[in-house]
Amino acid sequence: MDAAPAMVAIVLVTVATLALGAYGLRLSRTTSDFMVASRAVGPRMNASAISGEYLSAASFLGVAGLLLTFGADMLWYPVGWTAGYLVLLVLVAAPLRRSGAYTLPDFAEARLGSTAVRRACSLLVVGIGWLYLLPQFQGAGITLSSAVGGPDWLGSLVVGVVVLLNVTAGGMRSITLVQAFQYWLKLTALLVPAAVLLMVWLGDGRPGATTPAGDTFPGDVVAWSDPLAAGGPQGLYLTYSLIIATFLGTMGLPHVVVRFYTNPDGRAARRTTLLVLVLIGFFYMIPPVYGALGRVYAPELAASGSDSLVLELPGLMLGGLGGQVLTGMVVGGAFAAFLSTSSGLAIAVAGVLSQDVFTRPWRGRRLSGVTGFRAGAVVAVVVPALVALSDSDVGVATTVGLAFAVAASTFCPLLLLGIWWRGLTTAGALAGLLTGGLGSGLAALLTLYTTQNDGWLDVLLRRPAAWSVPLALLVMVVVSLATRRTVPTHVTRFMVRLHTPEAVALDRG
Amino acid sequence: MARKGEVDADTRLGGVYVGSLLREQLWLAVRTLALLVVTIGSLPVVFHVAPGLASVRVGPVPVAWLVLGVASYPLLVVLAWRYIRSAERNEAAFAELMDEVER
Repeated sequence: MDAAPAMVAIVLVTVATLALGAYGLRLSRTTSDFMVASRAVGPRMNASAISGEYLSAASFLGVAGLLLTFGADMLWYPVGWTAGYLVLLVLVAAPLRRSGAYTLPDFAEARLGSTAVRRACSLLVVGIGWLYLLPQFQGAGITLSSAVGGPDWLGSLVVGVVVLLNVTAGGMRSITLVQAFQYWLKLTALLVPAAVLLMVWLGDGRPGATTPAGDTFPGDVVAWSDPLAAGGPQGLYLTYSLIIATFLGTMGLPHVVVRFYTNPDGRAARRTTLLVLVLIGFFYMIPPVYGALGRVYAPELAASGSDSLVLELPGLMLGGLGGQVLTGMVVGGAFAAFLSTSSGLAIAVAGVLSQDVFTRPWRGRRLSGVTGFRAGAVVAVVVPALVALSDSDVGVATTVGLAFAVAASTFCPLLLLGIWWRGLTTAGALAGLLTGGLGSGLAALLTLYTTQNDGWLDVLLRRPAAWSVPLALLVMVVVSLATRRTVPTHVTRFMVRLHTPEAVALDRG
Repeated sequence: MARKGEVDADTRLGGVYVGSLLREQLWLAVRTLALLVVTIGSLPVVFHVAPGLASVRVGPVPVAWLVLGVASYPLLVVLAWRYIRSAERNEAAFAELMDEVER
């Protein structure tokens, strides 16, 4: 692939991101600005920013590639990622905003009054954040090496450096602007080439799919169009476990929750979520076009690494200047995807690290809020960037799916029970977090570092959500009931705060 | 005592007011989620039980791609919009209840 248009696109996106970030730096002053943009963000801007942040490398590249290789049952990734927002809306949006907490550990501590739970939540936020950042860096490596021909680690390095600069310079405020811009950039970058390539396909006379040699490709259109993973009951389990992980995991993602607090009140939080549903739903209608065209024009990619499908298809289908321009667009969009999601995640993880680790007094001294945040940002970015350097065969969307599984198994039960049930206790929360965290964490490690075999045990361990989420929920409930004497005394006041509309003048503690 | 006072003082009656709002909202959430499960969430089972559906086409496009890949998103938006309307209605009713003065 000719490197020039890709290089131009990458440089443009990077420069634009940094420029917007620098503009944001002029606006941010205090730590509060750093952390939650001083609540001065309107719903449309907020919704664009949330969507921009949410649409990661997995959405931009991974889904299309998976659709090419495995067919319609991979649609559960984008549908799940969208439905997760509906679940978040009905169960969590307004109460979480009303709780007034900045982060998930904040919420846990406000609800239960326990620093132990807070620490456990902080650990989980960092873990989930790293698990989600890892595929972003991997995706950046793939993009750069496929587009420009450099080594894989170069992409990770570039994204890591740009994200670090952006986050440490401007914090939350600049990121809001950047994210909002990047949603529209990503949408255009994916939509326009898709439309053009569709016209090319029509112009070619609507060719059908050709089947290459080799058995990794589902040549059978019927199997490819079945929204169910192959393998009978195992396939049904895999599909439903994915559904559970994605539907219930969104509410537990650190970069999603953090952006909620920029809404002025509970009602605005709900409406913003509705807008997000519209924006990301519209976006997710586009990757299937690439998947379907890939079957016709690039079937060999299904075996060799489908994450690069979106990057390579324009060049394969359309030669000359047109192909180059389109390639530049998708590369730019992919890069925007890594930058925006990585920035959002880095902020969320840095925020937690700075509150719970770096601004604690150590040997009589303490870092200022802003310095602590910057230290947190370095840790948040460097660790997954380093891990991304190790060669992993696991696709980008699959790794993101793991982050969802962990979030669904830990924070979902905590939020659900914390918001809707008076009876949650500290012991119950800790027990549930431990159960869910261990179960899904083990699955993540297995998926990343071992090869797959076909037994039921392996299937259960790799897609744990179907059992780890209910198990964590059960443990939380049972242990809370067993320790019911330790229910915090301020619960009623807290419930009033979470559920009653702000306009009613009640004592919210 | 005014109803807000009941809630602030954490009396049994206050607990009933808040508890009923909470239950109303929770029930609304459960109904919405049940709709989600029954529509989109039932698709894998439906295709498992009737595998012939995978070869049905609407025009040139197999039906699974249309239903899951296109139609599910507007459905989610509609569910969300209806939920918000009902949730805000519940909250408005609660606010009215709180504002009424006992005679």
